[in-house]
Amino acid sequence: MYGIVGYGAYVPRFRIKAEDIANQWGADAEAFKRGLLLEEKTVPGPDEDTITISVAAARSALVRAGIDPQLIGACYIGSESHPYAVKPSGTVVIDALGIGPECHVADFEFACKAGSEAMYVAYSHVKSGEMKYALGIGADTSQGAPGDALEYTASAGGSAFIMGGDNLVAEILHTYSFTSDTPDFWRREGEFYPRHAGRFTGEPAYFHHVLSATRGILDRSGMEPADFRYAVFHMPNGKFPLKAGKTLGFTQEQMEQGWVVNLMGNTYSGSSPTGLAACLDVAKPGDHILITSFGSGAGSDSFILRCTDRLPKVQGLAPTVRGLLADRRIHLGYGKYVAYRGKIRMNEV
Amino acid sequence: MISPRYHREKPQRYRLEAGKCTKCGEIHFPPRKVCRKCFAREFETVELPRRGKVVTCTTVWIPPAEFDDQKPYVNAIVELENGVRLTVMISEAPPDEVDIGTEVEIVFRRLQHGPAWEVIRYGYKARVIAG
Repeated sequence: MYGIVGYGAYVPRFRIKAEDIANQWGADAEAFKRGLLLEEKTVPGPDEDTITISVAAARSALVRAGIDPQLIGACYIGSESHPYAVKPSGTVVIDALGIGPECHVADFEFACKAGSEAMYVAYSHVKSGEMKYALGIGADTSQGAPGDALEYTASAGGSAFIMGGDNLVAEILHTYSFTSDTPDFWRREGEFYPRHAGRFTGEPAYFHHVLSATRGILDRSGMEPADFRYAVFHMPNGKFPLKAGKTLGFTQEQMEQGWVVNLMGNTYSGSSPTGLAACLDVAKPGDHILITSFGSGAGSDSFILRCTDRLPKVQGLAPTVRGLLADRRIHLGYGKYVAYRGKIRMNEV
Repeated sequence: MISPRYHREKPQRYRLEAGKCTKCGEIHFPPRKVCRKCFAREFETVELPRRGKVVTCTTVWIPPAEFDDQKPYVNAIVELENGVRLTVMISEAPPDEVDIGTEVEIVFRRLQHGPAWEVIRYGYKARVIAG
């Protein structure tokens, strides 16, 4: 059996409240909070980006895996905010973690599901016997245009998963992907902020793909929603994943632990992977977890996992997602927030 | 910082690799060619522990231009768990959160962003450990 050997998550310490964004743009804060089911979002510090978030998350994954980094044969990072247009984030990440140079490295992009893509390919490599361990990361410092609805949710964070065939904390029992050409959200080369098609991002994009992928994996596995202890659906806002889960027959109780969006925002490629990490933080041996990601453009990846006896032994070895979300938050005002996000045009140093 | 120098210093800046004198055991960070204690010239590479305490610190209000977006910030001398001391910038923390004896951990952060045509520099900083 193959699956996750070690996992780790990271979210920055900085936050901005939905009220502070709404007040800036003369919007109705309560309406936005009610509509998005979101209190606040994470903001990357001025010295943080997808690479530093990936290193922090992967370092925790290495601690939980307890393996020699040199045994990792591949490192894939899914993000839509890679710091370089040309130079893979993974090159810096493996060097910082003592992985490689005998290592296959690639950056993935697929809007919000690039992280689950990285996990899927890492898992496939170890399953095929190509290598002993492989690292898949989903991390982002996502951007939303000032005043746009996305600005309330686009946040920063990520999670890392080391895949392997021994000492598993969770077996991956099934995978399933569902992809189509659906233009709900995009960013062309050279554009700073992404564009989206408003309400079109809902039914034809998010719901069609999330529901189809989840139904697909349930059919393939012969499992029912009631068989799962936890279920995680990509979290572009608070409402969408709860509605998707309810439509599929999952309960609030099954979704609550992995539903971190209300305090974290949408960490794009790091969103559903961080929801999974939050579930692994508390899951017990034998628990089944379902995760379905979503990336605009559009597609969904689904995984079914079963936790092993080793999981409780590693849960306390690194920070938990809920612990990170509660840890000494610093709330920024809108001015400091836009400065940290590089939205103010400055003279070049 | 020019690219070749940044590239050469990566083992220490990325992974906290220090030089341990094979003759007397003295640990040097950053690594040196000659042991300052016994003058031997052979070292083994050791990775430093990532936790320590602030020995002394100061708040920087007027930084070099490339750190202007992070002011005010704290620079500190930190003694790691094995006794090795290093000078390090404290990330995230407002100055009143850092004092002598504050427990910190070494983290991987962006050191210099620079203009868009430059290489981005990464390396170690410290952050206050959750109390």
